[in-house]
Amino acid sequence: MSKFRIGHLADIDKKGARTFLVEDTEIAVFKLSDGSLHAVENRCPHKGGKLSEGMVCGTAVHCPLHDWKIDLRSGKVHEPDDGCLNTYKTEVDGDSGDIYITIAG
Amino acid sequence: MDLRGLTTMSTTKKLVLVGNGMAGIRTIEHILKLAPHAYDITVFGAEPHPNYNRIMLSSVLAGGTSIEDIVINDWSWYEDNGIHVYPGDSVVQINTVRKEVVSQNGVHASYDELIMATGSQAFILPLPGANKEGVIGFRDIKDCETMMDASKKYRKAAVIGGGLLGLEAARGLLNLGMDVTVIHINGHLMDRNLDLPAGLMLQRELEEQGMKFLLNKHTEEITGKGRVKALRFTDQTVLETDLVVMAVGIRPQIELARNSGLDVNRGVIVDDYMRTNIPGISAVGECAEHRGIAYGLVAPLYEQGMVLAKRLAGAATDGYAGSVTSTKLKVSGVDVFSAGQFKDSPDTRSIRIQDDVDGVYKKMVIKDGQLIGAVLFGDTTDGASLFSLIKSGENISGREKEILLGVPSGGSGSGPSVAERMAAMPDDDIICGCNGVTKAAIGDAVLNKGCNTVGAIKSCTKASASCGGCKPIVESLLTYYAGDNVGEQTKEGICGCTTYDRDEIVAQIKEMGLKTVKEVMNVLGWDEPEGCSKCRPSLNYYLGMIWPTEYEDERVSKFTNERYHANIQKDGTYSVIPRIYGGVTSPAELIKIATVAEKYDVPMVKFTGGQRLDLLGVQKENLPKIWEELDMPSGFGYGKALRTVKTCVGNTFCRFGTQDSIEMGIRLEKKLDKMVAPAKVKLAVSGCPRNCAEATIKDLGVVAIDGAWELHVGGNAGVKVRTAELLCTVKTDAEVEEWTYAYLQYYRENAKWNERTAAWIERVGLDHVKEALADRDVRLALVERLEVTLGHTVDPWKEIIEDEKLRKNFTPLSGAEPVAH
Repeated sequence: MSKFRIGHLADIDKKGARTFLVEDTEIAVFKLSDGSLHAVENRCPHKGGKLSEGMVCGTAVHCPLHDWKIDLRSGKVHEPDDGCLNTYKTEVDGDSGDIYITIAG
Repeated sequence: MDLRGLTTMSTTKKLVLVGNGMAGIRTIEHILKLAPHAYDITVFGAEPHPNYNRIMLSSVLAGGTSIEDIVINDWSWYEDNGIHVYPGDSVVQINTVRKEVVSQNGVHASYDELIMATGSQAFILPLPGANKEGVIGFRDIKDCETMMDASKKYRKAAVIGGGLLGLEAARGLLNLGMDVTVIHINGHLMDRNLDLPAGLMLQRELEEQGMKFLLNKHTEEITGKGRVKALRFTDQTVLETDLVVMAVGIRPQIELARNSGLDVNRGVIVDDYMRTNIPGISAVGECAEHRGIAYGLVAPLYEQGMVLAKRLAGAATDGYAGSVTSTKLKVSGVDVFSAGQFKDSPDTRSIRIQDDVDGVYKKMVIKDGQLIGAVLFGDTTDGASLFSLIKSGENISGREKEILLGVPSGGSGSGPSVAERMAAMPDDDIICGCNGVTKAAIGDAVLNKGCNTVGAIKSCTKASASCGGCKPIVESLLTYYAGDNVGEQTKEGICGCTTYDRDEIVAQIKEMGLKTVKEVMNVLGWDEPEGCSKCRPSLNYYLGMIWPTEYEDERVSKFTNERYHANIQKDGTYSVIPRIYGGVTSPAELIKIATVAEKYDVPMVKFTGGQRLDLLGVQKENLPKIWEELDMPSGFGYGKALRTVKTCVGNTFCRFGTQDSIEMGIRLEKKLDKMVAPAKVKLAVSGCPRNCAEATIKDLGVVAIDGAWELHVGGNAGVKVRTAELLCTVKTDAEVEEWTYAYLQYYRENAKWNERTAAWIERVGLDHVKEALADRDVRLALVERLEVTLGHTVDPWKEIIEDEKLRKNFTPLSGAEPVAH
């Protein structure tokens, strides 16, 4: 279990995403329109599309390559497609606005 | 453990599944549906993967499908259903007295009910040398991976076995670039599924694809030191090879069952309720032998799984009575189908068509007026309906030819109608063998989930989504369930979030003065509060088109390309196309482009189809820097916008030129620069009717003739080539501009988002457009509206360069720093 400070709340636009690398894994942190943050592996389970470049609708992102729809809270692919990707716990320091992420393992 | 866990423990029975494959997991899925909390479930599987679709392995080999694509139940499915799973750990012992299993890794699990679903293994011929490196079966993901690896290092492959499995392996190896020879002991291919004529046709077709065959050959020995080098046959001929795939059949995996005291023959012997001879132990799938048959195809296995699940869930079932099977082979365009008893015998009559010209062969075998078998080659569309006739066992006397020729039987026919056949079909009949979709699931999709097209059923259930062979039955079932509602155009909105169509939405935006995407969705009652990737960009376009001066373009509602103002390439890099008006550049500009390309190590610089320069392979974070140093406007090569105006040299240099096409092209491109549209817009100007700028396959093409200009519209050179139609012929340059701008604005105001001019003109008709633009005042008003719109555009590259808030999204976060915890 390791924890990282990855940036500041203001770094990410609403309905937008930023990416960062931890070891060899690229992770995308999304900010939904309600301001909540969700971190997922930046790789669509279908053909590896970069989800950070996709369109955010509600709590889901549409992969830019083939429009797979993925729920950012659970990492689950919406029907009729099927699949799942890793999600990571995010925390925000209420005072400083710093974003922290916890990577298991 | 929480209290809830404790209380349920006394009532929940323990179910152990040995074998994590399709038949076993299918059974579990049904049990979970029928009796969700009846069992505490534990699964052991020898392979390290979750349940995947073994049938699709040939697609993985054939390319285009990845291993992840064929997973049916991913790990989260096990977790969500509270299933304990031990992947890569096989059960090595069953204690039938203590009712407990022990795994290879030493896990003990007790059971009330045990399901054996150990499947089968590739049968490896016991030849001398069969244990050499490079000799494999074709059975699981590991075999696939071995073949893919081998194809990178070696060239020659031999497949022993010319049956369905062997040919699928051979085709896959061919796709991997290997030199493939198929060895078969019989005189024709797929002799267990096809008769001689069809087998020969198949061979001819596959030979054309590059497959080689050695028929009537018996392998005697596999030679080589360590790794296989060659095959030696009984006639003492030799074939050199680097890889041997044995595809001579499968054998039920019954060792564990036998050692545990279960009755076995070829497979584990089961009754009609999938019970073995030992109470509390059932068997299902390829390892089970029912009435003397061990099946190797998915549909029977799923049928068995359904029966077993019902019994274990305490639901009523009539038991399993065996299956009639069908085979479909579709590899690289060869369609083969066979079902039932397809060989002639003294008590059968057959009827056949052989057409060597079109490569079509059809055969039906009839006994006592009933269809008992069929073979189709080249055209397998009737496969599903023939198969249902075989299964129903109805009398087809007098209709044989009609059926073979595919003529639908008229009202006078003596057999039951399609609807009657559909009604008679049992609910748990598997309609789609690839995805295991039952008749009941399709009924549910139509009756309860509002599906009224085959497409809707496909996206809801995946029926007919893989090989498509079951589509005719899906269609018949749709008609059967939906009755009059089929084909009736239920009102379709622009996407699944709304029932409003484009025109209604545009009208409401204007009428109610809706000004943002969010407002439109709120007021018009969208099903999804933030829409989807279809409606969001559409609404963003419509709002910008209707309110050009006040609407603020919503970046988050645009596709990647239009958000980053560059074309995303398949490897995640981008391309940069600066604006070069009319395709006319200068030495200084070329030096600037070359300098930037060298500085940023741009992997490729290429001319586009539209006479522009494209810098390909640029990393996202370099985009703003490159734009800044180019100091040229964006060429919009990524957008639903004006792309380029292609020109020929015209009368400036060309001896045939009648007008100055370059000057006209530049003038149009400067004016229309930054114009967004429902879809991309490409223009061209040719200086004479020889039309070197290819103007008649453009969204709008201007062609000079002596003393005048012709305006052609609605052309396209994409997937479907469409020649542009003549909109008008005008005399002056000013008229060219007036008509061009009016026409494009009319398109902007009336087409659906993502609809190219070619599709739009096809939909509304050229006459409609001509009529709309006939009045000069109308044209001038359109031109004025376009000018207002263009007056509010800014160069997107410049905007990003200058605004740190936008620019930050091009770079990754600077780096994660670990913190102590």
